[in-house]
Amino acid sequence: MNLDTGKHAIIRLFNVTKHYGGKPALQNVSMDILPGEFVFISGPSGAGKSTLLKVLYLAETVSDGQILINGMNLSRIVPARLPFLRRRFGMVFQDFKLIPTLTVFDNVALALEVAGRKPAAIKKKVMHVLRITGMEEKAHVLPPTLSGGEQQRVAVARAVVGDPEIILADEPTGSLDQVSARRVLEILLAYHKKGVTILVASHHLRQLETVVTGRSIVLEKGRLTSAVHLDPYRVRDKRGAICHDPLSE
Amino acid sequence: MIRCLNKSLADIRSNRFLNLITMVTISLSILVVSLFLLFFENLGRIMDSWGPEGRAMVYLMPEFSITMRPGLESAIQDMEGITRVTFVSKEQALARLKKEMAGSTHFLDTVKENPLPHALEIQIQTRGDFGQVEDLVEKIESLPMVESVEYGRKWLARFLHLFHLFRLTGYVMGALFLLIAFFITASTVRLVFHARRSEVEIMRLVGATDRFIKLPFYMTGLIQGGVGGILGLLILYIAYLVMGSGISQSMGDLFHADIRFLSFGAMAGLWAASTFLGWFGCYLSLKRLLR
Repeated sequence: MNLDTGKHAIIRLFNVTKHYGGKPALQNVSMDILPGEFVFISGPSGAGKSTLLKVLYLAETVSDGQILINGMNLSRIVPARLPFLRRRFGMVFQDFKLIPTLTVFDNVALALEVAGRKPAAIKKKVMHVLRITGMEEKAHVLPPTLSGGEQQRVAVARAVVGDPEIILADEPTGSLDQVSARRVLEILLAYHKKGVTILVASHHLRQLETVVTGRSIVLEKGRLTSAVHLDPYRVRDKRGAICHDPLSE
Repeated sequence: MIRCLNKSLADIRSNRFLNLITMVTISLSILVVSLFLLFFENLGRIMDSWGPEGRAMVYLMPEFSITMRPGLESAIQDMEGITRVTFVSKEQALARLKKEMAGSTHFLDTVKENPLPHALEIQIQTRGDFGQVEDLVEKIESLPMVESVEYGRKWLARFLHLFHLFRLTGYVMGALFLLIAFFITASTVRLVFHARRSEVEIMRLVGATDRFIKLPFYMTGLIQGGVGGILGLLILYIAYLVMGSGISQSMGDLFHADIRFLSFGAMAGLWAASTFLGWFGCYLSLKRLLR
């Protein structure tokens, strides 16, 4: 199903299929994502949300179909170029994926160190994003001593520190309380406003819908079942139909 | 580079026990190898100081007559490496014997006939090579009228063969110890890598190249090898200082040579080998793990 035909799409998927031992996780998924879009990928557990993100950052290869990122065909990426492609993404995970033996500062700095940035530039940039994410005070603390919400803010800081074109977030608020989840979403929103393309996979769609304007894509059993435009003032049902629109009142 | 060094030092600190075991193993291997080297260097020097003797006696058959002398003398003289040939008649030999034995020659008066053979005393230009002397002796022995050639240091040549065999055994054992150290280093790296697997995965997710991931491990291998090598040499040096003077004294009395510690070149070679070992164990492990 090709939902958008915009030729300037930053991400294009053509009939992407992914099997795990013969069991399909994604089936013929096609879509375009435009630069600066905020896209929610929702659906029940096992629907293929995480798999979709994994094939985008090449943690998994597709069984069939093609993915273009900024016109670059991922199936033609040689393994040696993979790290350079990943530097163009910022990634946020439900389990934060922070290195417990490194301080908050070092965890965030890692994203710049791998790119070979100078220490002085790293320090300046890392402190800047820690300020934005409200983690400046905890810069020299080890992640295990932080709360879940704080750890996720560190993960978001790491995702944005390299000024990525695209942020992929897999259940970023899944393990957080409402206040922390909102805080994380606000940070992502701030970067969205700067023009960063953001893809968020979550089954807590309602929570996200109320703060962000964007597009919602629903996956079920690996298939794309619906895609609707969202804005914070309109609350939609599971299929995307507007069931409550405060603007019309 | 500083990042790598800091990272590897942090790794060593966080896996103290494992890294200590590796360094101790490397140091023990280096200690064994350097001990062999110390032994062979000194024994070799003692052997060299003895050197092959340049004098040999060619004993002639009883059938030899004086008329055959010029032919035999020139045949020997023409051989390469022979600097002088002197004929020693049986009478001269008996006179020499009597002179050398001084007062203990009464039994010679009871002998009716001179039992000593005619002989040729030859001088060989040795250039410190036992093999060359042995070849020459063999050639002379094959000449007609030559009964035997008495070469004073024949036993030394045989001993040298034994020494070379012993040295070879030492090298093989040294190599085995280094191999053990290599496997232990490789295993340590594998264990540390598995302990840091999730960290490596995260690094990859944020765009780290294999080189970026490997460098701190390589640095750890180099540190392990380098420190292990220094430690092994240090232990040997301390042992040399503690026991060396006593051994040196007795060896000096026995062989007229002193015992010296390893040369700078040998120490540098051992340290470089040890450092390389640490790195190479790491390199092969990572090659398999990051495939």
